[in-house]
Amino acid sequence: MSVNYNVLGLIFASMHDSYVSELTKQRTMGSIPFGGRYRLIDFPLSSMVNSGVYEVGVITKSNYGSLLDHLGSGRDWDLSRKKGGLHLLPPYSQTGGMYKGRLDALNNIWSFVEHSKAKYVILANCDVVTTIDFTPVLKQHTDTGADITLIYSRGLYDSEKNNCATILEFNDENRLSDVLVDPQISGECNMWLDMMILSKEFLKKIVFEAASRNQHSFTREILQAKKNEYKIMGYEHKEFFTRIDSVQNYYIANKMLLETEKRNALFNKDMPVYTKIGDNGPVKYGLESNIKNSLIADGCIIEGTVENSILFRGVKVGKGTVVKNSVILQSTKIGENCSISSVITDKSVEVSDNKVLTGSETYPLYIGKNGKI
Amino acid sequence: MYTKKKCVAMLLAGGQGSRLYALTKNVAKPAVPYGGKYRLIDFPLSNCTNSGIDTVGVLTQYQPLVLNEYIGNGQPWDLDKMNGGVHVLPPYETQAGASWYEGTANAIYQNMRFIERYNPEYVVVLGGDHIYKMDYSKMVDFHIENNADCTISVIDVPRAEASRFGIMICDEQNKVIDFVEKPKEPKSTLASMGIYVFSWEKLKKYLIENENDANAKRERGEAWSKDFGKDIITSMLRDNQRLFAYEFEGYWKDVGTLDSLWEANMDLLSPSVPLDLYDPSWKIYSRNNYMPPQYVGDNANIENSMIDEGSNIDGTVDFSIVFSGVTVEKDATVKYSIIMPGAVIKSGAVVEYAIVGSDSIIESGSHIGLDPAQVENRDDWGIAVVGHNVTVSEGKTVEPKQIIGENI
Repeated sequence: MSVNYNVLGLIFASMHDSYVSELTKQRTMGSIPFGGRYRLIDFPLSSMVNSGVYEVGVITKSNYGSLLDHLGSGRDWDLSRKKGGLHLLPPYSQTGGMYKGRLDALNNIWSFVEHSKAKYVILANCDVVTTIDFTPVLKQHTDTGADITLIYSRGLYDSEKNNCATILEFNDENRLSDVLVDPQISGECNMWLDMMILSKEFLKKIVFEAASRNQHSFTREILQAKKNEYKIMGYEHKEFFTRIDSVQNYYIANKMLLETEKRNALFNKDMPVYTKIGDNGPVKYGLESNIKNSLIADGCIIEGTVENSILFRGVKVGKGTVVKNSVILQSTKIGENCSISSVITDKSVEVSDNKVLTGSETYPLYIGKNGKI
Repeated sequence: MYTKKKCVAMLLAGGQGSRLYALTKNVAKPAVPYGGKYRLIDFPLSNCTNSGIDTVGVLTQYQPLVLNEYIGNGQPWDLDKMNGGVHVLPPYETQAGASWYEGTANAIYQNMRFIERYNPEYVVVLGGDHIYKMDYSKMVDFHIENNADCTISVIDVPRAEASRFGIMICDEQNKVIDFVEKPKEPKSTLASMGIYVFSWEKLKKYLIENENDANAKRERGEAWSKDFGKDIITSMLRDNQRLFAYEFEGYWKDVGTLDSLWEANMDLLSPSVPLDLYDPSWKIYSRNNYMPPQYVGDNANIENSMIDEGSNIDGTVDFSIVFSGVTVEKDATVKYSIIMPGAVIKSGAVVEYAIVGSDSIIESGSHIGLDPAQVENRDDWGIAVVGHNVTVSEGKTVEPKQIIGENI
């Protein structure tokens, strides 16, 4: 893909952090580890780069140390550029205090957007995991002359299990007709992926209008209030997506990658997912190792049994240990003869020999960062 | 504009590696894959970075496409520097005409201008086909302490094997008295590792001398050579220069042949071999190809192996090194083998005691290599090799020692 200087990408690194407060205690949504070797921000960032978007601003809020460490100069996403490149936009509120919503955040970073020569802006969050080519979205947006094009996917919505869902309905002309936030319904719906394309000019208009009226919420003030006034249209993304909106769904989303079809959709050969390089050795399997249906990242040293699990970089599993149905984050060390089942261990957890840790599939046991057991 | 460097490293990467046959058909030897995610050149380049040497000239000549692309701007090894960094140095044309590199000494002679730009005190000369972790800065310190003109890194080898190497004969202070290439009756067991530290002014003098001498001999129709071991070291010894042997302790392996390449890979699976690729204080860096974690399926059976990112394993992998993006299908068997990046081992295929090159396809029912225990005459046994981008079609057999470079 060649470079499209006409498009600016903006990623909200901290949107919906509170839904996974255990995981975001010491990090942003964007820096939550996912899928063995990634952080959530890798997915929107790689999709943008693979769509030719080489100018990206990352809007941060708080706790962004791990995010800065992960992104660095943007080199691993090919975003260490003279033209465009990666820009980290730390919080700055003209009204004092932390920004209050998407529109307020955009108002606060507007000088960055203003400076860009791009004509269009793509906005995305980090809590939706998917691989998407924005090129056809942009084409549809310009072809239809829409003010805003919202990207959605058809998916099963369950008010019991899903949090922070925005359900969209469109009329026969594919124009937005209704917007429901966390409705008490269940069934197949158009779920907004919190991604959209609009022109910089139009974005400026709505951001400044909202600021002058002290309005912050994009969903409420624009999508719900102005759906008849503005030409808001939908683009259906038909590939695999999942949303990280609870610790339980984080667990389920990781385990979805054990399904070949979903894994192949997310890790499309033509649209690689980039991430910070760890320079770990290959995975080393010992003499008595026994691995079934698992996703294993580099630098792991496995001497025991691993089944139906995701092992992140540099995990050690000792002899005689059995790890089942678990999500084991990077640098976790599990000793010998342990039994680990339905567990999420955060980064650098240490489990000494002969320990038994058991969660349940519906309520996995979460062990915090650097925990020692 | 160029600031002075204490040390510049020159990496000799132009060798054809003809004894690796099919594996170096389109690839220079230093770019041959090793150890699941590396290429041979990752070892000297990572050693340079870890030793604090940030200026490296890589002398290339044979099939440079893959190697050039791999080295790129040197960023994976932290060698993309404002001043210094890694530079690929191919042969070039001058007003006097163009010439290939005519030996290891001549390759450096032709790039003296590159070295001079950094005005170094010392030049470290390295090869591109050895597996080892070494702190070159300690060797440079040893060179300085001894007020040496040249320091040669040596390793103690078993006496039975000494005749395969260049052997150094030293006095009690490690001063080199004599150097014999592949002696029939070795007087010492200190083998040269092909790693040299030179005081630059001395090296420069001898490079120019050797160049002039060799050219004169050529004009007279006499035998000539422009080689480090054979010419530079020998001349320096003849002139009673201060040559010292720096004894290296640790893992070092020459991977010049198919058997030694296979052995060096298998060494990684042996707990008694002291080569740790997981030591965070001395990482071996390599260029990453952004693949997802490896997926191990329900039918997989993996034991004592190393497997890299992006692989899909649903068959048996035993005592093997599997590189990135490899597929081992259900009911396929890989034993005591090396499977290079992107290769596919189809269901029902058996690969044992073999090397399968990058992007090759082993169709179902084919059988590559054989367990030495199943070969009557041990002399008939050897590693079976399938080169890069080769398809072995259904039901075909590749015998031990056989090397396949084209589709069969």
